[in-house]
Amino acid sequence: MARAVTSQRKALNTAFAWMIGFLIFFPILWTILTSFKTEAQAIADPPLFLNFNWTLENYSVVQERSDYMRFLWNSVIIAGGSTLLGVMIAVPAAWSMAFVPSKRTKDILLWMLSTKMLPAVGVLYPIYLICIEMGLLDSRAALVVILMLINLPIIVWMLYTYFREIPGEILEAARMDGAGLRDEILYVLTPMAIPGIASTILLNFILAWNEAFWTLNLTAANAAPLTAFIASYSSPEGLFYAKLSAASTMAIAPILILGWFSQKQLVRGLTFGAVK
Amino acid sequence: MATQHSRSAARFMMAPAVVLLLGWMLVPLGMTLWFSFRRYLPLRGGDLGWAGFDNYVRFVTSSAFWPSVQTTLVIVGGVLVITVGLGILLALLLDQPMWGQGVVRILVIAPYFVMPTVSALVWKNMFMDPTNGLFAHLWRLFGAEPIAWLSEVPMTSVVMIVSWQWLPFATLILLTAVQSLDSEQLEAAEMDGASPLSRFFYIILPHLSRAITIVILIQTIFLLSIFAEIFVTTGGAFGTRTLTYLIYQRVLESQNVGLGSAGGVYAIILANIVAIFLMRIVGKNLDR
Repeated sequence: MARAVTSQRKALNTAFAWMIGFLIFFPILWTILTSFKTEAQAIADPPLFLNFNWTLENYSVVQERSDYMRFLWNSVIIAGGSTLLGVMIAVPAAWSMAFVPSKRTKDILLWMLSTKMLPAVGVLYPIYLICIEMGLLDSRAALVVILMLINLPIIVWMLYTYFREIPGEILEAARMDGAGLRDEILYVLTPMAIPGIASTILLNFILAWNEAFWTLNLTAANAAPLTAFIASYSSPEGLFYAKLSAASTMAIAPILILGWFSQKQLVRGLTFGAVK
Repeated sequence: MATQHSRSAARFMMAPAVVLLLGWMLVPLGMTLWFSFRRYLPLRGGDLGWAGFDNYVRFVTSSAFWPSVQTTLVIVGGVLVITVGLGILLALLLDQPMWGQGVVRILVIAPYFVMPTVSALVWKNMFMDPTNGLFAHLWRLFGAEPIAWLSEVPMTSVVMIVSWQWLPFATLILLTAVQSLDSEQLEAAEMDGASPLSRFFYIILPHLSRAITIVILIQTIFLLSIFAEIFVTTGGAFGTRTLTYLIYQRVLESQNVGLGSAGGVYAIILANIVAIFLMRIVGKNLDR
């Protein structure tokens, strides 16, 4: 805003906004702090804020007792695999819709979006049955494919909105110079599209990492990612706050960091380009 | 312009995505539709034949149906009111000049990136537990009797947890919209003597209306199918069984696939009604 703002007003805004930000962030902060306490300190009344004996014990216990690395690895494979597979399928589709639009492009895009609206629970049993029949229940492969299909509409949409911002004239020029379709994609389009593709990968990795319907319902001991690992703490183990906190911190830390990088893309990706 | 050659190439490149999504949509949907007309009990004899509309009738006449619809509406409605209301206020606050704006933004957005099972469990145990939760400590500090949140006020608790998860989403989108507001318009209104309140109702709110609609529609679609939050907190007990959870229980827990599938068809119809409105807005945006 162009008009002058008194520094007093600015200080007031700052204090108020920081207070609200702190309140909203507090549950996460509290989880992180608790993960460094002993179990007795974790439930102390009055609660201990910073004045406790910091310990890393919970982290090693969580790893030893439940093999945290295996769940982490499952999460990485499922989220990473579904995202990469989705991008590989979506890039050509989004490319052709952005640069060779036809009358039906808009309808196809909207139809793709509509598949995203399908409530998962409505097709729970069919998918469950297909997984059993194919021997893929509790397998990472099944989840990679399912999460890819769930996020494919978002991936296509995000890529489409990014590709559309690339000026078509550049492609025309490349074509005039005799570039074939393959060269056009490889040497002209790809370098310009990389930032958009990177943001798309980032956001969809986050979405797949946090997906908690199919991962809870289609996994057991073998393929369970971190979402299911944490859910197993809902029984008596949840009473061990420090361990629950350590497990939770390890599950959310990587994605919090990635998420903070993707703030801008978040708006575009989750509103299908309707708000920029 | 596009040649015949590039057109067929384009169609070819689109094919994998289109075919996959078509299969993903039609196969499970067809199966659900088929099961919904069968008496299908995998643990008690399997497929016992044609059932006509029996499952559809029994699903809506069961004693669990209307309470689950009510629960769903209260959760979706409650979360929408809280997240949109607070989201507008937060967006306006974050748009003000201040020190460390970026950091505050990051703090506010953070809950969105926490996986649903973590946020549900952290709230359930570390905040809402009646003996060791932080709220219990706080209540005792003021000499009050701690509340067993998830069993005494289960709906409030679930709405609180889910609102905390979705407030960042609403705030971020509304903030993006607020920032696109032309500040000259506001200044002109201010010079003409418009009070802050009338500036809000006559300039800011109309400007935000599109973003608000989008937030409401997208959140509704996601909120209609929240699952993990209920799965790990109450398991559907204490009247927190939503339509989604009821269908899940029919299908996987009691393995009455016919009945659950009929419920699934209802859920799909419901979601589609919301989706149509969202698609209209997104579709209009495509033309610009």
